[in-house]
Amino acid sequence: MDEKTHTFRYTVHGEDFLSAGEASMHAKRTLKELGYSSDLIRRVSVAMYEGEINMFIHAGGGEAKMEVGENEITVTLIDWGAGIPDVDMAMREGYSTATADIRSLGFGAGMGLPNMKRFADELTVSSTVGVGTKVVMRFAIRNKE
Amino acid sequence: MTIREIANRLNAKILTGEELLDTEVDGACGSDLMSDVLAFGDQHSMLLTGLTNPQVIRTAMMLDMPCVVFVRGKPMPEETLALARASGLCTLATDIRLFEACGLLYAGGVRG
Repeated sequence: MDEKTHTFRYTVHGEDFLSAGEASMHAKRTLKELGYSSDLIRRVSVAMYEGEINMFIHAGGGEAKMEVGENEITVTLIDWGAGIPDVDMAMREGYSTATADIRSLGFGAGMGLPNMKRFADELTVSSTVGVGTKVVMRFAIRNKE
Repeated sequence: MTIREIANRLNAKILTGEELLDTEVDGACGSDLMSDVLAFGDQHSMLLTGLTNPQVIRTAMMLDMPCVVFVRGKPMPEETLALARASGLCTLATDIRLFEACGLLYAGGVRG
């Protein structure tokens, strides 16, 4: 990150399902205003949205930060939820601890983290059971994006 | 195919975004699993789904999809319609089931 980095902070709500995704929508709008390519914007906003849904499902919300630098965009998601006991397991497609209620809403099928990995150039998950989880996603800004 | 033609083929009611009816859509994604839609959907596609919660609208928005079709004639929650309106998204509702709705569009040239 260099001195030209712009930081945007968001609260991820944990109370109602309707507000899940608001932070990602704001981030998407901001990136659009800054003039980035629709492909880059889609990758950042989809990955952040999956993260936000995860925070709603598993952690009762948290905080999100988007740093826009010259060469990359970094999204950091922090929550103080139950934590992930086995991150490798959580990264597997189809593995989920979400309830049937969440599944009936179209999420919780074990695709959240895998999708975040799919769309980010780099994904780091650090988690401590009983303390919380930190997810950092980096997206390279390629030529003329 | 335009959204208007899609609405005609599916005998669908226009719920929101009437101003988008002449928008061309060249692909579609039929799913009740939003994470799959997020993984494979794209911006010129539309979404057909049996879910009616507001996150369906958010999913379409994240992918810049112009249109969502709600299948099997489910009652629509007002909060979903309100979010669609606020987001400028076209939404349609049909009584036809997901498989048949996808088939009708496929027969008309829309691809996945």
